[in-house]
Parts: sequence; structure tokens; C-alpha cells
Amino acid sequence: MPTVSMTVNGKKVSGEVEGRILLVQFLRENLRLTGTHVGCDTSQCGACVVHVNGDSMKSCTLLAVQAEGAEVTTIEGLADGDTLHPMQEAFRDNHGLQCGFCTPGMVMSAVDLVKKNPKASEHEIREWLEGNICRCTGYHNIVKSIQQAQQTM
Amino acid sequence: MPEGGTGIGAAVKRVEDKRFLTGRGNYTDDINRPNQTYAYILRSSHAHATLNSVDTGAATSAPGVLAVFTGADMETGGLPCGWQVHSKDGSPMHEPPHPPLAKGKVRHVGDPVAVVIAETYAQAKDAAELIAVDYGELPAVVHMNDALAGKSLVHDEIGTNLCYDWEIGDEAQIDEAFAKAHHVTEIDIVNNRLIPNAMEPRAAVGEYDRSTDEYTLFTTSQNPHVIRLLMGAFVLSIPEHKLRVVAPDVGGGFGSKIYHYAEEAIVTWAAPRVGRPIKWTCDRSDAFISDAHGRDHISKAKMAMDSEGKFLALKVETKANMGAYLSTFAPCVPTYLYATLLAGVYSTPLIYCNVKAIFTNTVPVDAYRGAGRPEATYLLERLVAKCAREMGMSQTDIRRANFIPADAFPYQTPVALQYDSGNYTATLDKAESVHDVAGFEARRKESEARGKRRGIGYSTYLEACGIAPSAVVGSLGARAGLYESAEVRVHPTGSVTVFTGSHSHGQGHETTFAQLVCERLGLPMSNIEISHGDTNKVQFGMGTYGSRSLAVGGEAIMKAMDKVVNKAKKIAAHILEASESDIEFKDGTFTVAGTDRSMAFGEVALAAYVPHNFPHDELEPGLDEKAFYDPLNFTFPGGCHICEVEVDPDTGVVSVQRMTAVDDVGRVINPMIVEGQIHGGLAQGIGQALLEGCVYDADGQLVTGSYMDYCMPRADNFPSFSAGTEITLCAHNSLGVKGCGEVGAIGSPPAVINAVVDALWDLGVHDMPMPASPQTVWKALKAASPAVAAE
Repeated sequence: MPTVSMTVNGKKVSGEVEGRILLVQFLRENLRLTGTHVGCDTSQCGACVVHVNGDSMKSCTLLAVQAEGAEVTTIEGLADGDTLHPMQEAFRDNHGLQCGFCTPGMVMSAVDLVKKNPKASEHEIREWLEGNICRCTGYHNIVKSIQQAQQTM
Repeated sequence: MPEGGTGIGAAVKRVEDKRFLTGRGNYTDDINRPNQTYAYILRSSHAHATLNSVDTGAATSAPGVLAVFTGADMETGGLPCGWQVHSKDGSPMHEPPHPPLAKGKVRHVGDPVAVVIAETYAQAKDAAELIAVDYGELPAVVHMNDALAGKSLVHDEIGTNLCYDWEIGDEAQIDEAFAKAHHVTEIDIVNNRLIPNAMEPRAAVGEYDRSTDEYTLFTTSQNPHVIRLLMGAFVLSIPEHKLRVVAPDVGGGFGSKIYHYAEEAIVTWAAPRVGRPIKWTCDRSDAFISDAHGRDHISKAKMAMDSEGKFLALKVETKANMGAYLSTFAPCVPTYLYATLLAGVYSTPLIYCNVKAIFTNTVPVDAYRGAGRPEATYLLERLVAKCAREMGMSQTDIRRANFIPADAFPYQTPVALQYDSGNYTATLDKAESVHDVAGFEARRKESEARGKRRGIGYSTYLEACGIAPSAVVGSLGARAGLYESAEVRVHPTGSVTVFTGSHSHGQGHETTFAQLVCERLGLPMSNIEISHGDTNKVQFGMGTYGSRSLAVGGEAIMKAMDKVVNKAKKIAAHILEASESDIEFKDGTFTVAGTDRSMAFGEVALAAYVPHNFPHDELEPGLDEKAFYDPLNFTFPGGCHICEVEVDPDTGVVSVQRMTAVDDVGRVINPMIVEGQIHGGLAQGIGQALLEGCVYDADGQLVTGSYMDYCMPRADNFPSFSAGTEITLCAHNSLGVKGCGEVGAIGSPPAVINAVVDALWDLGVHDMPMPASPQTVWKALKAASPAVAAE
């Protein structure tokens, strides 16, 4: 089995994986970073979004071996110790989550949006979120959360 | 409630959010037990076939495989149904067996055929491909009319596809009223089949401890105690004291995680046979063909009116799809949760409804957010909109003319329910004001100037929730009472753990229930823990569905807290050497009335656990009280939803421009959470109206079997919502609460479709099915006015 090495949340990690293993499986099963979720099998739901070399990416669309040498940040690596990232704080302030299942992917995707387009309009925010499905919130408070984070990030 | 408070009425930030936001949630698939194995379920690829043989030989010897089981191996009880409905001739519904692994025959695509248990999930899945199943294909019945015609029998042994033929009301009396009516408006209504799609796929981990003979099941459930009862008593014959069921963090349910599913029984049954824990996690593709679906009604309805547009009588005939087997709640959805709601907010004196429940070769259908009430509301509000047009009345005039007046409560409907409170004029007035209905004409003109059609649609609805008064549901066929239980355990230093039988899977109980404790016991949030979801911790519970958590579970907590306060007063009286009747409790302090002698809540708690001189024949140590609460009646939230859409006549694309919901949910404990619940319901309701529809082909293959085919609502399908409340208090519970979990999904679909019809009325489009997808709308436009669509 091939060995893969990468940096996850600032720590160097490596592991033996079958070639077919996806990055999300490597994170959840090998590293036990279960904050990244799997909500579908067709790369639509976005529950598995992480940052790979600074860009948001669905971790079900990459094989683990394709992330060789990459810098990966998961939801577990976003806060600074006990201090929540401004996007996490914004989701809490605005009730941007209910069951919490889509939340890690939603937050990681939103952080990338605000980095890339800090002044995104409501329309642009809603379009960006096309790849993240939430069944609980109706997106209303997710949009509000991201708008708050645009001010605080 | 003062700003910054944490009691009733405060928008307290959620306690549970930090763990979810930092990746520390604990969902079933996150649980990994020592020495765990993995299960993969092989499912039928045919809608209807005999199982001539299932050869597991090659799979059993595949790498990593520990065991393969089929229906022939699993000699257990079948999955039980929780409700029994009787046909109008008095005979009980047909209740065919539902084996966890199919025996002899498969009845829908997705019916479990075999389970493979292996060292890894990939090995289990690989080995499943080596199982050779010899299917004897049979014709499938997919459409309810074909099923009724008996083109093929889903269950041969019952000799019919008709599960039951039920009615409510006096048909002869109704027909007489129709004969005398000034005008009759008729409508054909299809309530489209939906797939619930909670974002967390179902999962289950089964475990067996050989030393204690105890089983543990971790599962994605809205009601772990119900699963323990159903699976233990009816399927696997495991007594409760040897069976623990844990529903940890659950990623959304919307009804689909109420039911006892085959996979829960399979992993629990197989665990001792493999001798290791077994984890099963559903792929999304398998979720589409194994989670219970929702809705799927075909109805004909007609309303008799006098010359003023007053409703005289309503007659409804409905066919309801049960799918291939009876899921746990299925039979009650199109009867007691549907036909009893057909009065809605109107004083219609006579109502008759006939419901035929039908087996088909499709996935079982059961409750999905709203369950029966969205179907009733959609039928009624589409019909009322049509009545208004045929009578030449405005959409609001016809409603106002027929509302049950605010001073008419308690109001007995002709379909069994007695409403306790409401003010439908008030919610309509407020919604019209919030929506700025007055500005609609100007907005319509502005849209028209851009070549778009704009329409407005109303829905004034009511629902019955807080499920449920046990005596009432018992008389309606529920095989169990539906009370709720709570335990309030005060710890020696004054912190409190509340054990509740309700289950939170997004609703925020850890916050809302803690607010009840803040309010009643005067404690800070940080001293309160809400514990739920584990049958070894919580004494009993009926779980969360039917917007019952606060109205039933919350009341049980209030009742247990009353007992705590009563006992604490005895303790304080003893220590303060006062009469119990002189002890007052306020803001967390026990005081001897009219004196400065007092004890803090924590001091009484400590005294309760470390007493030196209690009169033990009168006062037991400890401060830990349990309560069961059984409501006297359902609760009846209602309100008004107004939707404004813009339709592009060239493409058929409908965009929701404004969505206003003013709901009467009774007293609001946490307005932030209530609004969030309403938003989510609206999104599912708009999703049903415009985007979501389950499609089977003629052979029973699910065409909409993934997120590439089933249109899940995305952020850019919605505007921001305008959600508010206009409350009347529930008259029969102490909190005055009604429930808010389902109102959005119940009230909104007819508002959306009425708006689409309004937008296109002048172009000759007078009806619109759900989902009103661009293709459907464009086809309707083309059919109504070929020149318009051809432009």
C-alpha cells in the first residue's frame, strides 16, 4: 500500500492507504479527525470541505495520495485554541447552524469565500454556497453569519 | 425578559454550537468501537422479484469477510408498525410482514437482501458484488391506480394492494349539502412524493458484551427509547435491561429518523454472531432507496358554498401511497394527521374524507416534516384560492369570511379535533403588513416592465402538533401512549442535570430546555446540563417528532421542577426552622416569608445530600425528581404565509422574491431558535413547491436517486425570509407553548403555488403541479397559450 504524507492542521502526518482511499476517509479514519463529514457520494453536499494549500476543496474529490505534501486545514484546525475563528463566532452569533452536520464544510467554504471576495454581495454569497447543502437553516442565517464575518475577519 | 437574560423569551446563543463549530460533534459514524467491523447491505436492484436463490459462497471466502447473512439466516420478528387503522367496514388494516432481510421476495428497489460483514468497509462492499442473486422478475406496481387495479400484488398473501379504506364524516349528509349549494368548486391535487434527505446519512453501530449479555446500539434516531422498545420486544426479543440504545448527535431527522429500520436490527442481531462490534453507515445513494419517503397523495376535493362564499361542506377523496411495507407511523399520516386537519382555520360545518392507503413497489412512505398536515393544508389552501376566483372574491375576503372567529374557542371541528386558541385574522393582518402587500401592484408593474410575471399567493393554515394526548391517539389507533418523561437531578453543590426523553437533532434543546431551568430555578446556564439520547441515562422517552419536544417534553421538565421546588421547600423549612407554607422561592433563593432568613438553591441542594438531622420518616435525603406529562389535547399552531414570485415566461423559471411567515407558535422561549426553525421549514416547503420531486420509472427504478437528480434546495434558490410571530397562548399547558418545528413546511407550499398560478393566470395557466420546475411551468404556459411559449 502506498504511504502518504501531508501536514494537517499544522502537524506532519503520514499513513499507509489503499490507492482508492479518498482524502476525507484518510482524515476521518486514519487521523480520526471526524469533524469533516460525508453527506453524499456524488460530491454535491459539501459537508467534507477542507482547505488544501489554502483553497477550499471537497475532500471527497481528492484521493488521499493526491494530497501528498499538501497543507490541509480541517474544521478542527480553524480555531486558535479556545478562541473561535471569526467565522465560527459569526455562525454562533447568528444561529447559522442547527444539526451541525453540514456546518464544518459550510464554515470552511465560507472562510475561503471571505478571503477571496471580502465584499461579496448577498447574491454572490448565495451563489458561492451552491456547493454546500444545508437541510436545516434555509440558509437565511448562514448568509447573515457570513455577512458578519465579512466585517470581523 | 431583561436584555441579556437567559430565561423564557431570551435569544440565548446555543450551548451546543461550540462543539459543532469546532468539529467535536459526536455523530454515530464518528463512533469507533475497539475491534470494530464494517457492514455493507446488498439491496435489491429490482422493484419486484422472487428471490429464487442467494448464493453467498464466493462472498464468504472473499478477503477480510467475517460473515454473510441473508433473510434465511435471520430468524427474527419483522419490523413492527406502531399504528393500526381500521377500514370503514370495521376491518383492521392489512399489515403484511416486514422482515429486516427480505425472505422469498423483494418488494422495492433497495429492499435489503444480504449483509456482508468484513474487516473494512471496502472489503464488505467488494464482497457484496460476489453474491449471486437469482431474481425472478415480477411486474412492478408503481402508480397507485395500477396498484388498486391489482396489476400485480405487492403482498400475495393479503390478496389486495389496498391496505385500508378509511373514512371520517357522514357522506350522505355531505352529499345533501352539496345538492343545495349555490356554487361548488372542485380541484384535483397531487402532493408530490419527497425524499427527506437529512444531511447526516443514517448509521448504526451494534455491539454485544459476552460477559454481561448486554447489547448496545448506537443509531441515528429521533427516539432511542422507541427503537429499544420496538427492536427489543418485537424484532430481536432482547429485554430492555439488556439493551442500550444511544442516539448521540444526530444530523437532522425531519421525521425520517423516527422509524425503526432494518439496519438497526441487522447490526444488533449480527454483533454476537460475529463476536465484534459492527458499524454500518449508509451511502447517500442507498439512503435514497432506504430512508422512508414522504407525502405522495392523489386527491379530489370539492367545496360547497353559499352565495356569499361561506363554506358549507367539504368533500375529499384521497389515495395515499404506503410504499412496499408499513413503516412505523405510516398508517396514521394520511388519516389522523391529515383528514382531521381539513377544517383548517375555517368554520366549514360539514366535512367528509375517504382515504385509500395503497401498497406499491416503492420505498415505504412515512411522516416527513409536517406529516399529513402539509398535505391537508396544500389541498385546502389551493382549493380556497380557487373558490375565491370562481366566486369573484379576493383571496383575503374569502378567508376572512370563513375564519373561525377569535372568540369562538374552544372550537369543535366536524373532524374530531377541538382547537383551544388562535386568532387567524391577527396573523393575516400582520402578515399583510409585514409583507407590504399594499406595494404589490407597483412591484408587479415593475416586473412586467422587465418582461416578467409577478404573482402573490396566500396560505392561512393551521396544524395540530404537540403529539400527543395519549387517550386521544389511543382511540385513534396508536399502539402506545405518547406522553413524555423528564428527570431533574439536582447535584449536591446545586448544579442540575435534566434527563429528557425528547431528542435534539438540530432543534437546540440543550439551550431551550436549559432556559426553562434558568427561569424556574434561577440558575445560571453554566450550572445546567441537558442529557438526552441514551436509554441507560434517561428513564424513558417517546422522542422528538410532531413538534412535541417543548409542548410535551418541556412540560414534563416543568412538572419535575415543580416537584424539586416542593421538596426543596420542605428541606429549607426544616433547616430554617419555619413552616413549609411560609417558605417562598424566588430567583434561586428560599426565604421565610417576611423575614431575612433565607437559603440559596445550592445550600438547600447540599443540605439535601449531606443531612445530619432529617426527620427521615417525613423527609428523604436527595433532590432528584421524575415526572411524566401527558397533554390533554394537541396544540394548534397556525398562521399566514404570503409568497411573492416572479416567473420568466420565456424559460419557466420561478424565483421567490418575498416570503413572509407570521406564525402563532404559542409562547416563544427562544426567539432566535424559533425563527431558525421557521426558516428551515419554509425552505423545505418552498423546496417541495418548486424543486423537489421523487420520480420512479414504470419499472419501479428510482430516477431521482442522487443529488444530481433530486433537486435539493441551495442557498441561491431563496431570498432572505421575513419570519415573525403573532401569538396566542396554548390554553392547556403551563408554558402556553404550541410548537414551531413544522409550521414552515406545512404553511408554505400552497402560498408558493398560489403565487405561481396568480402570476400566470392571465396567460391562461389556472393550475400548477408541484414541483413547479422551469420545465413544468414552461409546458403549462405552452399548453395554455402556444403563442406565448413560442415567442
